[in-house]
Amino acid sequence: MTIPNSEPPSRQPPATSMPLDQPTAGERFIQGILPENPVYRQLLGMCPTLAVTGAMQPAMTMAAATAFVLISANVIVSLIRGLLRPHLRILVFTLTIATFVTIADRALAAYLYTMSKELGPYVPLIIVNCLIISRCEICASKQSVGTALADGVGMSLGFAVALASIATVRELLGLGTWFGLPVMPTVWRHWGVMILPPGAFLTLGLLLGLVEWTASKRQATTKHQ
Amino acid sequence: MNTDTTQHPAYIRQAWLVILLGLVYGAALAGVQVGLGPRIEENKRQETYGVIPRLVPGADAKHIEPITLEAVGGKTRRVYRAADSNGELRGWVIPASGLGFADRIDLLIGLDSHAERITGMYVLDQKETPGLGNLIVDERFRDQFVKKSVFEPIDVVKTDPKPGSNQIRAVTGATISSDSVASIINKAVEQLRKPILEQQKAVPITDPEKRGASPAAK
Repeated sequence: MTIPNSEPPSRQPPATSMPLDQPTAGERFIQGILPENPVYRQLLGMCPTLAVTGAMQPAMTMAAATAFVLISANVIVSLIRGLLRPHLRILVFTLTIATFVTIADRALAAYLYTMSKELGPYVPLIIVNCLIISRCEICASKQSVGTALADGVGMSLGFAVALASIATVRELLGLGTWFGLPVMPTVWRHWGVMILPPGAFLTLGLLLGLVEWTASKRQATTKHQ
Repeated sequence: MNTDTTQHPAYIRQAWLVILLGLVYGAALAGVQVGLGPRIEENKRQETYGVIPRLVPGADAKHIEPITLEAVGGKTRRVYRAADSNGELRGWVIPASGLGFADRIDLLIGLDSHAERITGMYVLDQKETPGLGNLIVDERFRDQFVKKSVFEPIDVVKTDPKPGSNQIRAVTGATISSDSVASIINKAVEQLRKPILEQQKAVPITDPEKRGASPAAK
């Protein structure tokens, strides 16, 4: 798919006509990773964040599947943004997202069968990940394909970073491994609770607190100077 | 036709994009299904065929034959006839499913060649509670079913099972999941043991000469 060129030039709004408060592609990309991290700053996509972060492999598969859906949906929505009717836009977003989720689900079942079985219902559930529809609404339906692509990639990376951080803590403490490889010393007694749902809530809560604490500390030091 | 479009121009103008996208996406998904469907089916088949030699000792993956039988109660069911590399019958595998604690549990049950003892059990699919009910996929739980007789139902207990009995110990904290597995097996054996034995009689498995020859060959 050639993304930026496939759009008729007539529909591309000139850069000057873009509202001044809309972030540029570069800003969108950077914001998605940390400043507006989907999990830690926006608290979106909590279902996969809690459900599949028991180990790195399922978490990263989920991150990749979500990235595929998010980037594809962002690009398609941006391409057709000039044709959207305001009251039908949510329907179009959902239709688009559902299509890509189904493709991701079938592709996993065909090429990563064991992982697809392990993730179970959470792959079809990507469709209700608010992160994706919120990006369609906030960015893709208003901005150019390039910006929507940058936004999708940035947010996907941010989501992947968040899932990876939680999965790392849970897999290390709960199973003593990372990506399935044993890393913890053999004397380590596995904290079984970490791979169970309570472990997900505990880890997310502590990491959220840590992120918030660092952010407020940084703010305090900048004020001080 | 002309009057139709003039009567509903607003409707078409509003919804044409949704209709068009519905058609395009539908076609795309049909394409994906056509392209990937056979591969997904093959994955499922591979999984079943890959597990059967572990469920029936001595069975060879290349000598597994699916057979459709009429189960007790009239339903048609598929079972697998598992033979060794000489084509000699080693046992039978029954795919069976039933409701667990959370969702459906799909099992494969291995029986010996006379359908008298269970030779193994494998969980193909389950969505039981992680860390508790999903321990039914663990070998420690599954191995308890090996060598159990099919003549009396398997009984789930919470303490150490009596030696020589048909008792198995439930997964701690997952009595419902354990009970479900046992009842799926009991039901499958009850419904399919007779048809399997009839099948065995109807089709001579190996000619007597070969049967006599094979131990000597080893």
